[in-house]
Amino acid sequence: MLATMQPERAIDVAGLVREFKGGVRAVDGIDLHVAAGEIYGFLGPNGAGKSTTVKVLTTLLPPTAGRALVAGHDVARAGAKVRASIGVALQDVALDPMLTGREHMRLQAGLHGIPRSQRATRGDELLERVGLSDAADRKSSTYSGGMRRRLDLALALLHSPRILFLDEPTTGLDVQSRTALWDEVARLARDEGTTVFLTTQYLEEADVLADRVGIIDRGTIVAEGPPATLKAQVSRPTVEVVPRDVAGCAAVAEALAPFGEKVSSGRAGSVAVRLDDGADRLADIVRALDAAGIPFANLALHEPTLDDVFLAKTGRSLEGSAEEVPEDPAPRDAARPERAAA
Amino acid sequence: MTAAVASPSLPAQVGLIAGRSVRRIVRQPAQLVFPIAFPLSLLAVNASGLDAATKLPGFPSASYLDFALAIPFMQGALFAALNGGQDLARDIESGFLDRLSLTPMSGAALLAGQLGGALFMGVVSAVIYLAVGLAFGVGIAAGAAGALVLLALAITISFAFACFGTFVALRAGTGEAVQGFFPLFFVLLFLSSAFFPRDLIEQDWFRTVATYNPVSYMVEGVRSLVIAGWDAPALLQAFGLSAVAIVGFLALSSRALRTRLQRT
Repeated sequence: MLATMQPERAIDVAGLVREFKGGVRAVDGIDLHVAAGEIYGFLGPNGAGKSTTVKVLTTLLPPTAGRALVAGHDVARAGAKVRASIGVALQDVALDPMLTGREHMRLQAGLHGIPRSQRATRGDELLERVGLSDAADRKSSTYSGGMRRRLDLALALLHSPRILFLDEPTTGLDVQSRTALWDEVARLARDEGTTVFLTTQYLEEADVLADRVGIIDRGTIVAEGPPATLKAQVSRPTVEVVPRDVAGCAAVAEALAPFGEKVSSGRAGSVAVRLDDGADRLADIVRALDAAGIPFANLALHEPTLDDVFLAKTGRSLEGSAEEVPEDPAPRDAARPERAAA
Repeated sequence: MTAAVASPSLPAQVGLIAGRSVRRIVRQPAQLVFPIAFPLSLLAVNASGLDAATKLPGFPSASYLDFALAIPFMQGALFAALNGGQDLARDIESGFLDRLSLTPMSGAALLAGQLGGALFMGVVSAVIYLAVGLAFGVGIAAGAAGALVLLALAITISFAFACFGTFVALRAGTGEAVQGFFPLFFVLLFLSSAFFPRDLIEQDWFRTVATYNPVSYMVEGVRSLVIAGWDAPALLQAFGLSAVAIVGFLALSSRALRTRLQRT
């Protein structure tokens, strides 16, 4: 397994385990590979093991077992070399409230060993890029959540890392800030060839931004591949019917049986069926429910999403993500940042 | 643009961390004003209220102000330790320590830089306490050279307390834990010879505790320069105990930092 690790890959992980006190395995034997210049989306619910994986790959936590190479260096044995090659924006944006944005940049630049003569220029250039030039001399305690995230990203980019780790970078951001961050991440990969390892619990983020997605649940990767490929595995749309009376679920299931295979809807009180013939039979379904005399509160047609992939692989819905991301902030195609053709 | 990168030297790292530490103190007036104003206020109250104690047979000074001038130095050291420890604990809690540890910064630079802020507070407060004492008529029995040694001793003591604060912050990782030690420090101060000479303490248990309390010897070292002149044993004990505390708590802090920073 390890013999097949390829040094030209930006990230190469084999059998990675991270166990905490009490035997809790936050990461339970994952394998993943990220090519140079790729945006890899690491998708999963809260507590799935995303942040622990990032902490191990960024050398902040030693692995319990397995091996991980980042930029060709072993995270357990060559931490300093790994750190020199990576930029990291962790889930909790850690800033000193007493320092200004510019002072953060100078401190971080100094600690990275950027020569004094270049510190100001490099810092100002990045502050400009993330739109913080006007706020550069304000204390970070006065920054909004979006500004803090942007400063965090600028700090992660100071030493021009080849690989960028972003741990839930858009959690809590408004739509505008989120889209701006997506654009910047896409630009980094497109124009500078930066490899991006991005964790998220937002389906749309992984779908829009990532070249490939790894779906993690309870410490193990349950699916991996380009978003389109993953969705193609559960390609047919599903129809979900919510009967007015919960007791009507069995009758609904019976009425829908001729239209396709019953699947888990991920919630109680509704019935979902993956349609054999796609959405063309929707009118027939309504007629069948009507003919059976089943009153229903709601009927919805779902196109396949990464949540369906998650549901198909785990039997559960990716809770929280749909609730926290504002509904349809922009048409999906319009929101997708421009990437160079592979 | 690609920034040129080379690992910074240890002194450069210490300078950067210490600079941040000092900037943080200066920008929080409560961290600067309160640790200086409170001990001086207490000194003013004690100097007027307890002056009658100087009439006791065997009291070593004719002025309680002279006798009590050592107390603010100790209280200032406590505040410096508390504030420095809490700042470090905040860095741990907020994840700022993780941010720093993702740079080539060494653990030694973090400790030294962090303590640089405490050293700054130690110097500033010691100079102010001494200046206020002199302005209100305190005479330094050991003369001008003695005043300089007094400053050096006060700063050393302050540094020793700061090392303890740093250790607690690194070990516990929370500001509350650091705060929790503050009453203990104050009890140690009150159960020392800070307010009365040990041989005039009537209660046996109090005198015994004060005799075994290292804070007594730190206070007595500072006090000896003010009221007695050059007292080599008192100075050796005060400097010696402070040095032992510095070495001990630095070693413990270093170990706690290695545990705290699990980076590979």
